[in-house]
Amino acid sequence: MNGRVLTIAGRIWLGAILVFLYAPILIMALMSFNASPFYQLPFEFSTRWYQALGANAEIREAALRSVLIALVTTTIATVLGTAASIALFRYEFPGKRALRILLFPPIAIPWLITGTAMLIFFFGIGMGRGTPAVIIGHVALALPYVIVVVSARLATFDATLEDAARALGAGPWMVTRRVTLPWIAPGIIAGALFAFAVSFDQFVVSYFLSEPGDATLPVLIYTAIRKGFTPEINAVSTIIIVVSMLVMLIAARYSKFGGER
Amino acid sequence: MSAALAPRDRLRLLGLLTPAYLWLTVAIFLPLSAMLFFSLLSDVPFGDAPWHVTADNYLAFFQTTTYAKLLWKSIKLGLMVTLACVLVGYPCAYVLAKTIRGRAREALFLLVILPFWSNSLVRIFSWAIVLRGNGVLEVGLNAILPFEVDVNLMFSTPAIVIGLVHSYLPYVILTSYLALQAIDDSLIDAGRSMGAGKLTILRRIVLPLSLPGLVAGAVLVFVPVVGSFMEPRILGGRVGTYYGTVIEDQFVAVFNWPLGAALSFILLAVVLLILAVASPVLRRAQA
Repeated sequence: MNGRVLTIAGRIWLGAILVFLYAPILIMALMSFNASPFYQLPFEFSTRWYQALGANAEIREAALRSVLIALVTTTIATVLGTAASIALFRYEFPGKRALRILLFPPIAIPWLITGTAMLIFFFGIGMGRGTPAVIIGHVALALPYVIVVVSARLATFDATLEDAARALGAGPWMVTRRVTLPWIAPGIIAGALFAFAVSFDQFVVSYFLSEPGDATLPVLIYTAIRKGFTPEINAVSTIIIVVSMLVMLIAARYSKFGGER
Repeated sequence: MSAALAPRDRLRLLGLLTPAYLWLTVAIFLPLSAMLFFSLLSDVPFGDAPWHVTADNYLAFFQTTTYAKLLWKSIKLGLMVTLACVLVGYPCAYVLAKTIRGRAREALFLLVILPFWSNSLVRIFSWAIVLRGNGVLEVGLNAILPFEVDVNLMFSTPAIVIGLVHSYLPYVILTSYLALQAIDDSLIDAGRSMGAGKLTILRRIVLPLSLPGLVAGAVLVFVPVVGSFMEPRILGGRVGTYYGTVIEDQFVAVFNWPLGAALSFILLAVVLLILAVASPVLRRAQA
């Protein structure tokens, strides 16, 4: 009897947390379809804010810039990260532990610190702020995620397959391309999607590194919120949330971060 | 560095590793060094203004109580948010890992950590819509309750805490879930068969074995919250001045970069201290 009560209480607790996590997002999405510019109730359906969005060149350009930066970041981080993961998997060498530990600072140090440090450094070497600086920063933040995800997939790879291919006369490049890469492909795809999400959602580092007229979407939204809310921001925020959740749902299909069943 | 490898393998190893680690060096480690250097300067070394090496920026932290007070305010905020995330998230992870099975568990777990991968700025903004006076929460509560309530949480400390818990709760659930899932059910069965009650099992078996995951989650919440500035700005308004917002101001408003760099480095020291304190427990997780 006692057990049943506890089980039901647990389910309710879980349900309450899901409501807490999703309610504000759903309310924001709903309000982006509300005609009133001051979020007045009762609710009156309208797509005027989405239409206004289409007419807003500043937001459109920022959105395009964010997507482009995310795609470039994804490409670079995935290639470099996969190469590093294979090296860390295939070879035994001194200093390997240290190299793995070096992956943590980009994740563990608050972005406020890394972001301002990048700003100082890029000014110091004369490059300054702007899209190239943003991309360099984003790749560094995304790399550890790619390496961790691809390495996790590599851990399930049977290294004797590589030995077998080698014994059959395949060169190192052939082994990588025909044996290793096909096996870790789901890990690479998941890592790439993680990299996309890290870049597309990144606010802090972009905020310090982007030029005022050259903002990414999150930076533009932050500036707009501080000037005063408009439902237009709701509309663009709703689109962003939908895009990043879709990307992660696809990523989840390729990498089981839920552990074994 | 790789004495045991054949020369050709050593070349391949370097070719595969160098691009990634060179990138991290240029984008993370050199900037951190540059910031350390900047924090010791009297003025930015651009342009014609004279500058010299000084410890003034660090002394500034100790000369007035302003910065120390703000740092303490940020640490308190971090402790509050971490405690809330642990109290809410750990039971949730337990329910997921130990009472739900199969595909339902996988789907629910995904649902819980999915918001974490969506834009944090947008999620903070969504709370602003919910919490503001005459907002959805107030109108909704007044529609249900028989009496009038006045809930304008916007621009208050509770608003900041709610927003930050919403942002970082999935971390604690994720790490605790993974640790709880790894506990062999037969250990719990063995405890029960020997007459241990639910509380004893929790206290003597489940909690100790999942502690590394719980601590990892707590650290992953505490560290970014101490350095947060966007959340207090949006949800805190005038009460939203924290250590992080002061650092932000040095870089985007006041343009005192050397002071900003020194304040950042003091924050980094606090972060490293926290990691060092937590590391004995965390190391157990790897073993």
